[in-house]
Amino acid sequence: MTESLGGRSTRAHHHFFSGSYGQTIKFDIVLIILTLLLLGFGLVVLYSALGQSWSGLLNQAIRLCLGLGCLMLASQLRVSTYYRWAPTVYAGTIMLLFAVAVFGVSNKGSQRWLDLPGLPSFQPSEFLKISLPLIVGWYITTRNFKLKFFDYLALILIVGLPTGLVFLQPDYGTALILLIGVASMLFLCGVRLRWFAGGLVLVAISAPIIWNFVFRDYHRSRIITLFNPERDPLNAGWNIIQSKTAVGSGGLTGKGLFEGTQSHLDFLPEGHTDFIIAVIGEELGFVWCVALLCCYLLIFARLMYLSTTATNGFGYVVGTGITVIFFGYVLVNVAMVLGLLPVVGLPLPLVSYGGSSAITTMAAFGVALAVCTHKQDLEK
Amino acid sequence: MSTKRAYDPVPLTLSKTIVYRASAAAVVASLLIFLLVARLYQLQIVEHERYATQALENRLTTQTIPPPRGLIYDRNGNNLASNRIVPSLAVIKENVDNIDTLVANVRALVEFSAAEESSFRKRLKNAQGDEKVIIKRHLNEEQLAIEAVNRHRFGNILVITEILREYPYKALASHVVGSVRQITIEDLRQLDTVRYRGSKFVGRRGVENYYEDILHGEIGLRQVEVNASGRVMSEISVDPATRGQTITLHLDIELQRVADEALGDRRGAVVAIDPKSGGILALVSKPSYDPNVFVTGLEGNEYDRLSARADAPLFNRATQGKYPPGSTIKPLLGMAGLAAGVIDWELEFDDPRGEFQLPGSDYVYRDWNWRKSGIGGQGHVDLFRAIYRSSNIYFFHLGAVLDIDTFASFLGQWGYGRNTTLDILDADPGILPNNTWKKNSTGEWWYPGDNMNFVIGQGFTLVTPLQLATVATIFANRGKWVRPRLLLSSEQPVELDQDFPPVQGVFGHEWERMIEALTAVVHRGHKGYLQNGLAWAHIGMDISYQMAGKSGTAQVVAIPQGEEYDEELLPEDKRKHALFFGFAPVHDPVIAVATVVENGGGGSEFAAPVVRQVIDSYLADIVANTDD
Repeated sequence: MTESLGGRSTRAHHHFFSGSYGQTIKFDIVLIILTLLLLGFGLVVLYSALGQSWSGLLNQAIRLCLGLGCLMLASQLRVSTYYRWAPTVYAGTIMLLFAVAVFGVSNKGSQRWLDLPGLPSFQPSEFLKISLPLIVGWYITTRNFKLKFFDYLALILIVGLPTGLVFLQPDYGTALILLIGVASMLFLCGVRLRWFAGGLVLVAISAPIIWNFVFRDYHRSRIITLFNPERDPLNAGWNIIQSKTAVGSGGLTGKGLFEGTQSHLDFLPEGHTDFIIAVIGEELGFVWCVALLCCYLLIFARLMYLSTTATNGFGYVVGTGITVIFFGYVLVNVAMVLGLLPVVGLPLPLVSYGGSSAITTMAAFGVALAVCTHKQDLEK
Repeated sequence: MSTKRAYDPVPLTLSKTIVYRASAAAVVASLLIFLLVARLYQLQIVEHERYATQALENRLTTQTIPPPRGLIYDRNGNNLASNRIVPSLAVIKENVDNIDTLVANVRALVEFSAAEESSFRKRLKNAQGDEKVIIKRHLNEEQLAIEAVNRHRFGNILVITEILREYPYKALASHVVGSVRQITIEDLRQLDTVRYRGSKFVGRRGVENYYEDILHGEIGLRQVEVNASGRVMSEISVDPATRGQTITLHLDIELQRVADEALGDRRGAVVAIDPKSGGILALVSKPSYDPNVFVTGLEGNEYDRLSARADAPLFNRATQGKYPPGSTIKPLLGMAGLAAGVIDWELEFDDPRGEFQLPGSDYVYRDWNWRKSGIGGQGHVDLFRAIYRSSNIYFFHLGAVLDIDTFASFLGQWGYGRNTTLDILDADPGILPNNTWKKNSTGEWWYPGDNMNFVIGQGFTLVTPLQLATVATIFANRGKWVRPRLLLSSEQPVELDQDFPPVQGVFGHEWERMIEALTAVVHRGHKGYLQNGLAWAHIGMDISYQMAGKSGTAQVVAIPQGEEYDEELLPEDKRKHALFFGFAPVHDPVIAVATVVENGGGGSEFAAPVVRQVIDSYLADIVANTDD
């Protein structure tokens, strides 16, 4: 199957890459510039969405600096380090997810947060955007990119366990993004299309069984509400009506920064977090929304480029995985705010207010940079 | 590296499949972004107008500003109805989770009776979700302080200020001024919903009701910016409310008090009219009630309690109480006879025994002072004497020659059987019978016997104290009409209807002669029993001015043939009503007064003194003011 990715080549590539790790600080200048643009734009919008609160802005700026630090740091580690630590990181994430299920903090009906003493509270599911690509990349690499039937079952288990835990929190949005992310990784690895067809059949068969026998009534009720906001007009329905109104009333060029009535009069819920693009739409209009989406598309393109120019299969798989999952967050968040997808409660990466998402996203960028751009590791 | 866990790099070969698939991913990603851009285009460009409107509607709310109600004054500038700002406890219905807890919390703050509680629960049940429901009105300083200290404990209990109508004279003027009450759902069906948006009260009795239109004022509008929870963030524009007009009544509240005290604890009514203007100087109906209880409506069963009372304090006896006119009808009938030409001032009837029989009938009609002993005849009686001695026999003779329809059409000119008031709510027209009326209401034509009852003011004829006072006014004005009215002035003039033409068919000297006879009722004395005016003994002996009047005594139950009326033997509510009307000074009248004292007894003895007290007070006031 994945022989198209390479397989053990007899040709030695190492002569292409010289230099030694540790002598140069490596990062991709294009990605960094795009990221900084996004962060800067995000801070300006946040300042408005937070009701022009300097303290809130300062908080976020500190988190973003921390995130940039993580990016730098993560990008300097060896590919071999990630490879070696992938199972440990995965196991750690799984443990944290179990911890969330047992003593996580509930907020608005779902249990996503972990509040450990001495640490700011955080969402362990955010780590999956790093640990899941790593473990999938690790597994495929250990199988020498030749996956057999058993390997698919193993992958289903490896991916299914954390995704299932996330799903039960419930965090349907993240679970969906992770599943599609992993499927995309396999697609990009060249897995034969018939396996995807098989996967679809499996989903088609198992879905009714899970719906009827695994889910409880409240699961079913929540999922039905997700697709029928009218069932819950004061919460999900209200959110979507108000966010569409905010975006639509912005028009071509918006009402002007700080002038959004929907957000500043509290009609728009979660204006500084999940619904931040509605604030952008209302205050800055169509033009800046499109600019923002283009910026995300450019980041996606750059990360894909870096992944495809990786020197090793592991880097390619991990890099594309991180890219696809990042992009999935963007798509699902924006589609949700624009009323194309149910409201699932996801942040807009690098722009929404909050620490977990921004820091893990930038750390993931660092990992992607590391595994895709460090060539030295090819020399054993 | 030889361990399996160690990194064993597999070089990346960009096979055709990989390139193909990576390109596919890029295309899909671009398409998805394009989809989002298309959606943005739809929302922000195509449907922009719609969402912009919606955002505007979200944020802008028009609030109504209820106008302050116009004030009501009496002729001397005494305030009869004012507006007072009172602090009250309230709760927004949506914020009530548990009524029992709320009630317990209220009890911890203020005294809260069971009646208040049940009223509150009822109103809470009927309220809209975002409506403020009053828990308790009229908090005093101490209660406000207690609330302020405990505010943090009971977050959903609010202190709000309300503008409430207040009637400083309480029960004294209630039958004139009336009262407002809270607008009910039924009211809203009839009221102009735009004009009354935001108004809580509507006039429902008396002047408050009749002049509701000008007292209410015009609502103001305030456009405000609200946030999602409906809290007002800023004011965009204000169109202020126009307060209702201040109006002044002819009423003289001090004279009203005199009339009220003259009636004392007895049931009845007093109406005093200025014969020059028709303005009502006093209008008392007793028992009365405190109109302030209707304003708040908190004491929900207070209305039921009042309306269940046997003495009917809510009933306005002055304008709606109907009584047989008794002998007060006699001067009018005399005028009717004169106008018809069937009698003149010289004509005399002989009355040896105080009895009268219609030709061909055995039935004996008796004078009011008839005795079984057979004495009580008044001798030769002319019209003048028939008035000041109130001879039934004279009028039986008149009734034998003049038919009911002639009487009725003449009495109609005096306001009998009509509501002649200009601005008095629901004034009763009373009953003025005639041939057709009797056929329609009883199925039988008018009998000669009916005429006998009619001429002594018994039987079918019924008048209100207000109509009696109107008759007094017409006498005072020598036949000229001024219709009774309450409104003296308002900020913008209110056009009242025209007065009626003067009473027809009676000449000027006849008016004077009749007024002389009415003056004799009060003043003719010291000439022996049958020569004295009937009211002289009770009010005329020490009177210092010239007053004309006529008493009447209305039987409530029929006295069987041959029986004497014995007051002591009858239960209180079957006793006669005492009536009297009068005016003074005779030659230039400034006041006309009528009274009915229910089950009070003889009119001269019990009603005349009430009228005199009112006139005394009014004339003394005028004298005092002229001296200044």
